[in-house]
Amino acid sequence: MTVTPLTTTPEITPVQLSAAAVAKKRLSSPWASLAAIVIAILWTLPTFGLLLSSFRPELAIKRTGWWTFFTDPTVTLDNYRAVFDSDSGVNLGTYFINSLMICIPSVLIPLSLAALAAYAFAWINFRGKNILFVAVFALQIVPLQVTLIPLLTIFGKVGIAGTFWPLWLAHTTFALPLAIYLLHNFIKEIPATLIEAARMDGAGHVAIFFKVMLPLLTPALAAFGIFQFLWVWNDLLVSLVFAGGGDAVAPITLQLANLTGTRGTAWHLLASGTFVSIIVPVTVFLLLQRYFVRGLLAGSVKG
Amino acid sequence: MFGHSGSSRSRVALAGALGVGLVFSLAACGGDKDDSSGSSDTASAGIDCSQFTQFGDLKGKSVSVYTGIVTPEDTPQKKSYEPFEKCTGVTIKYEGDKSFETQILVRAKAGTPPDIAYVPQPGLVQQLVATGKAVAAPKEVADNTDKWFGKDWKAYGSVDGKFYAAPLGANVKSLVWYSPKEFQEKGYKVPTTLDELKTLSDQIAGTGSKPWCAGIGSGDATGWPVTDWIEDFYLRLNGVDAYDKWVKHETPFNSAEDIAAWDAVGGYLKNDKYVNGGLGDVKSVASTTFQDAGLQILEGNCSLHRQASFYAANFPKGTEISENGDIFAFYLPGKDAASKPVLGGGEFVLAFADRPEVKAFQYFLSTDTWANLKAKASSGWVSANKGLKVENLTNPIDALSAKILQDPNAQFRFDGSDQMPAAVGSNAFWKQATAWITGQDTQTTVNSIEAAWPK
Repeated sequence: MTVTPLTTTPEITPVQLSAAAVAKKRLSSPWASLAAIVIAILWTLPTFGLLLSSFRPELAIKRTGWWTFFTDPTVTLDNYRAVFDSDSGVNLGTYFINSLMICIPSVLIPLSLAALAAYAFAWINFRGKNILFVAVFALQIVPLQVTLIPLLTIFGKVGIAGTFWPLWLAHTTFALPLAIYLLHNFIKEIPATLIEAARMDGAGHVAIFFKVMLPLLTPALAAFGIFQFLWVWNDLLVSLVFAGGGDAVAPITLQLANLTGTRGTAWHLLASGTFVSIIVPVTVFLLLQRYFVRGLLAGSVKG
Repeated sequence: MFGHSGSSRSRVALAGALGVGLVFSLAACGGDKDDSSGSSDTASAGIDCSQFTQFGDLKGKSVSVYTGIVTPEDTPQKKSYEPFEKCTGVTIKYEGDKSFETQILVRAKAGTPPDIAYVPQPGLVQQLVATGKAVAAPKEVADNTDKWFGKDWKAYGSVDGKFYAAPLGANVKSLVWYSPKEFQEKGYKVPTTLDELKTLSDQIAGTGSKPWCAGIGSGDATGWPVTDWIEDFYLRLNGVDAYDKWVKHETPFNSAEDIAAWDAVGGYLKNDKYVNGGLGDVKSVASTTFQDAGLQILEGNCSLHRQASFYAANFPKGTEISENGDIFAFYLPGKDAASKPVLGGGEFVLAFADRPEVKAFQYFLSTDTWANLKAKASSGWVSANKGLKVENLTNPIDALSAKILQDPNAQFRFDGSDQMPAAVGSNAFWKQATAWITGQDTQTTVNSIEAAWPK
């Protein structure tokens, strides 16, 4: 056993790397890459199986697993045809449009309200600002489930039950606390000198908001917009409770849940239906993935 | 992180996704056109419009219907309303939802109930009436129910002696699925008593193959198929009066009668010689979904599968379901050939509004006219309506169900677990039954269920 001599001279400390550089170095090590690949395969495998199933004939789906596809490849578009066939009772087309009708306002309304509110919280001084801000922040911990029945009662009394309004309002309400908080943090980071300069040039709050803030806010708005869009598109609970008007307002997720049939025997339809509804989130994600990752980092890493 | 090479690839993927989306939306448009042209043929089967004049002029009104009946069973439902809509000018807004059973309570409590709900359980009818939002059935509907349905059915739609909900559809659970072709080939005979069923099982087991296949997997509700087995055998071994007492908990869950039923079922489901054809040993009963189990008959791996009439929809398209076809069912026999207890289920029409158009629609649904219209439009559906003509049922299994229901000797009893308190009927009973299949003994099982009964 050899004894290593203790060094008496202090070691030269290496140049401090920035947090991002350290993270990059650690995340790009071969082990990390391997782990990422394994996780990706594990997570994608069921989806891949579902994709194969959606093209397999009903009989094959019910009798054997999707992996038998490789030994006995039979491909059919019948499942996709069936989910767009109103004679068999399902036409996802209508629900697809409904989903868009619900999603777009449910993203735009909270975004515009939250941007205005966040600006006010960050740059306008008014009485009770801090208390109000803490109240908005605290609202995030209220689980939305406890509001379902009271909200439904209110919507019923106002007489808007069975229209798109309950869904728009509910999604807006549930989104606002987080939206205000995120955008507020973002706006607060913008240097005060910028705003002072604008004020020197004679800009009021309205001009500052639209001419200075909005262009700078775009990445944050996009990031939150994507989150909200994916959340609303995939939401089942809120629409189950508030979309009480049948075909007229029900989104695609509701119909997907019903697609397995009264006794859960029609899941060949579920496989194809799922891929129809996946198109929009995947498209949105691919279009805006740049903002998506930026948005994830926006709250956590400073500088 | 986002190099240029990545973004061009994602653009290709995006173009692909958009392209597929476009194809789907085109397909959706194509589907719409078919809908408007194909719906007129059932409506032309004229009905007597004068029966609705007693409700006044209803033109332009609408009635909302909320139900758990979804794809594909909802299409014949909607089609069967068309003659009514034509006669009265009322629009029926149909909404099917698989989570009906929880959502209807939410809506009733929040004060935004639908006009009409199709409630699949007498217990749920009672809960909904307790919210104070439900309205009693109008006199016209009560008269129709007296005329067309048995007393037992009317009682299931009543709460504290007041009649609320008329029956709609029904299903028969006391059925055993088998392959008529196989029976013919091997010379097996359809049994007419419980003893014969046992003899038949032994006969098939003697040839070296497993006679029964069973599966009780059903997500959160795993175990419910066993409860149907127990109820069926309770009815057969102890009679309908004892069954009623058992359901109301006037006799405890761990009584001698109850244990006899469990042991009789255990003789089939926990018997290594009898189960589980094509799927494994006794334990595979718990891990197989109820949808998959019966399909083994088509594979020739087993010969018998006990499941309700709705199981017909589970066989893939192209399977011939008839008395001489690939698959059919026989009535799970009584203790002797004379006694005919029938276990089943059904829906009830509960109204939350008493506007004339709602009454008119309730009236329509309780007539024999509607039952026959619905029978012609659908497959896999029957009603306990005595005015239902068996020849209108297109599917042989429906004709069999209707014959069983209309048999004057039949004693119909509603699924017991659907009437028990939720803590038992949709919790302890299911869970303990699953544990029982996987090895727990009968005494422990029934004691645990008895202990779970709300005091």
